[in-house]
Amino acid sequence: MAAKTARKEGGPIGPLSSLADNLPALFLRLGFLALLDAWGIWLIYQLIFDGAGPLAAALGFVILFINIVFLRGSAMPMRWIAPGLAFMILLHIYPVLFTVYTAFTNYGDGHLIEKPLAVRQLESVQYLPEEGQIFQWTGFRTPDGQYALWLRAKDGTSYFAKPNEPFLTPDQVPGLGPLDEDGIPTSIEGYVRLQKKDIFRALADLQDMTFGPEVGSVQVKNTREAAQFQQRYVYDAAQDAMIDQKTGKIYRAVEGTFTADDGEILRPGFPTTVGFKNFVRIIKSPTIRGPFLLIFGWTFAYAFFSVLLTFALGLFLALTLNEDELPFRRTMRVLLIVPYALPAFISVLIWRGMFNPILGVIGTVWNPGWFTDPLWAKIGILIVNLWLGFPYMFLITTGALQAIPRDIYEAAVVDGASGFYQFWRITLPLLLISVGPLLVGSFAFNFNNFTIIDLYNKGGPPISGTPTPAGHTDILISYTYRLAFAGGRGADYGLAAAIAILIFIIVAAITLFNFRYTGMLEELSENV
Amino acid sequence: MSSTTRAGSLRRQKRFSIAWRLTVGILAIAFALLPVIYIFSAAVNPASSIASRSIVPKGATFDHFRFILLNTEGNTPFLLWMRNSLFVSLTTSLLVVSITSFAAYAFSRFRFRGRQSLLKSILLAQVFPNILAIVALFLILRQLGQYYPVIGIDSLGGLILIYLGGAMGFNTWLMKGFFDSIPRDLDESAHMDGASSLQTFVYIILPLVRPILVVIFILTFIGTYGDYLLARVMLKDINNFTLAVGLSLFVSGRFSQNWGPFAAGALLAAIPTLILFYFVQDQLQSGLTVGAVKG
Repeated sequence: MAAKTARKEGGPIGPLSSLADNLPALFLRLGFLALLDAWGIWLIYQLIFDGAGPLAAALGFVILFINIVFLRGSAMPMRWIAPGLAFMILLHIYPVLFTVYTAFTNYGDGHLIEKPLAVRQLESVQYLPEEGQIFQWTGFRTPDGQYALWLRAKDGTSYFAKPNEPFLTPDQVPGLGPLDEDGIPTSIEGYVRLQKKDIFRALADLQDMTFGPEVGSVQVKNTREAAQFQQRYVYDAAQDAMIDQKTGKIYRAVEGTFTADDGEILRPGFPTTVGFKNFVRIIKSPTIRGPFLLIFGWTFAYAFFSVLLTFALGLFLALTLNEDELPFRRTMRVLLIVPYALPAFISVLIWRGMFNPILGVIGTVWNPGWFTDPLWAKIGILIVNLWLGFPYMFLITTGALQAIPRDIYEAAVVDGASGFYQFWRITLPLLLISVGPLLVGSFAFNFNNFTIIDLYNKGGPPISGTPTPAGHTDILISYTYRLAFAGGRGADYGLAAAIAILIFIIVAAITLFNFRYTGMLEELSENV
Repeated sequence: MSSTTRAGSLRRQKRFSIAWRLTVGILAIAFALLPVIYIFSAAVNPASSIASRSIVPKGATFDHFRFILLNTEGNTPFLLWMRNSLFVSLTTSLLVVSITSFAAYAFSRFRFRGRQSLLKSILLAQVFPNILAIVALFLILRQLGQYYPVIGIDSLGGLILIYLGGAMGFNTWLMKGFFDSIPRDLDESAHMDGASSLQTFVYIILPLVRPILVVIFILTFIGTYGDYLLARVMLKDINNFTLAVGLSLFVSGRFSQNWGPFAAGALLAAIPTLILFYFVQDQLQSGLTVGAVKG
């Protein structure tokens, strides 16, 4: 009995104490952990090799956490929470932290791959040096037209070279025939030696090919000589620079790009931290600040008017239909909820069709520029969102109205209060207490309502005179999306992340205010 | 005499009140149903392009349905999109319900150090919606996809993974509240009979909390099914699209050609959520689903 209680309370039931009655389960658990660890270590190794250090660290943290939880008996309750926490840490908390980090980097087109990868790519660039290793070559060809070269260096050593394969020394070549007086094999199994008359014909083909390994490969220069390529850029860790072997120029790593003193740069670059540069661009650069302020203002206006209009219509309908003797009351309620039950991506597209000036039921009759005029496009979006959102407000206000005790109104009537006075002084304040947090929630939701903005008109009509893809109906989240993903002008993840952080701060402030207002967190503390 | 007239005027007032309330209700319903009726008429209208101006079409047809359902080659693999959407939403909802019910059980039944602060942290993490970290999520999937294409960019697995990242938060909190309402005596007697925690959870608790499991399942399903942003960013190939991405790209820019088939597809795509919605409409009215704002 005591032992049972201890188990329930998360007491000391480690692997050892449960050994006796739970051996198969223990082995299962350890086996599972071993598999997870083996896989995790392999993946972390890969990630570090490819320069994705932060993700490797996050993954390592999660795997360590799972190990601790499943090995320590006292962490037993955490085993139930671990799967959810693992997902949350890897795909919610880590991305949020990484976004904060990205905002201080130049991540984006031209700075996409991590530094080790960029260096590796640059190191694979080759050049033909003026005075490099020169070989005398003899061509060989398979019956189906594959070429290979027999190379003789000045010092007399010989190699056999096929395209994209390491050099072979003579004793590594299978089926090597006897050598002639120049030290060239008369035959090689599977190959036919090119005769003088064939060489000129083959020369054009051969000069387009490289033989031997990827770096340090050999190319035919003329009918007799072949030259060896050399790696062009060598990374010098001490100077953090790529050194051009051909010209001796030094390209130093400056803000994610290897740059020479004369300003010449090497591509690709790599992401690196740039301090507050992205935020400074939002504030200082006139071509970014202008549209940003427009979008910033519209985001608030859009969220505010969406809540105001949907709440006003929802409340009006709730008050109107909140009458016991009204016939078809239940049917009417069900029909009014229909817009809420349709997926928003469908409804917005339908509305877009209705506003369409060529085929729409509204657009053909009346088209003040539903998609082309900045103001009317905004009005169109508010109409669509009114349609999408009023049923929710209708639902919650109907519920809240029924919770207001009737005797308050009776008292008000006795005191001679008018209908309007009753609404303004009794109904509305009481209603706002119960649905207020939902209104704030709705505001926060609309603040990031990407679906309606993007599907209605892709944020358009576009704002002119800005290097960023900004539109008059864009809100912050859709602007962020366009900066990062909508091609054409190049992805700018750094700037996108900087704006995302501003949204984070605003939405967090709203939500925290809401938590405080509803006492959600305090409620947690009381319900222990 | 005078009292009868007053009663009469009261009755007339009442009748007038009912009449204008009915009028308002009918007007509101007209507003609510206009797009629905419009899309119905477009779906059965033989003219695919223009001339949908008359709400009642001349001579109904199922051609558009046939087109959207049978035209598998070309640019509208509608059934594939439907399958993708259902697969992603069902898998996500099932996993979310299992993950969060495990967590909620632990939070409700076990007492351990850091329990409260952990629960608070999970709720607070929700303050930062993960759609704002969309660039980071994209980069993570791109990285993982190099080793496992099945959870990389342009994979349904990767999309599900991202949805799971936002699973805890309100769901755990809602569920824990419901779990708390189940008397602990039940667990204790089960424990006395020798049941392990897992057995108690599966055989005693789960059947009792089925209502909240259903609600979380349905809300997650509706949310995932309707997600446009994450799916739009993560999915690239037309055969991997969910309905939200597929239908929007199908119709955008080519309203005049594709309007009829789109209307048919939109009606079919709305069916799953309409059915599920029917089951949760009562819960939506009560405070049970505080976090589930949509409009």
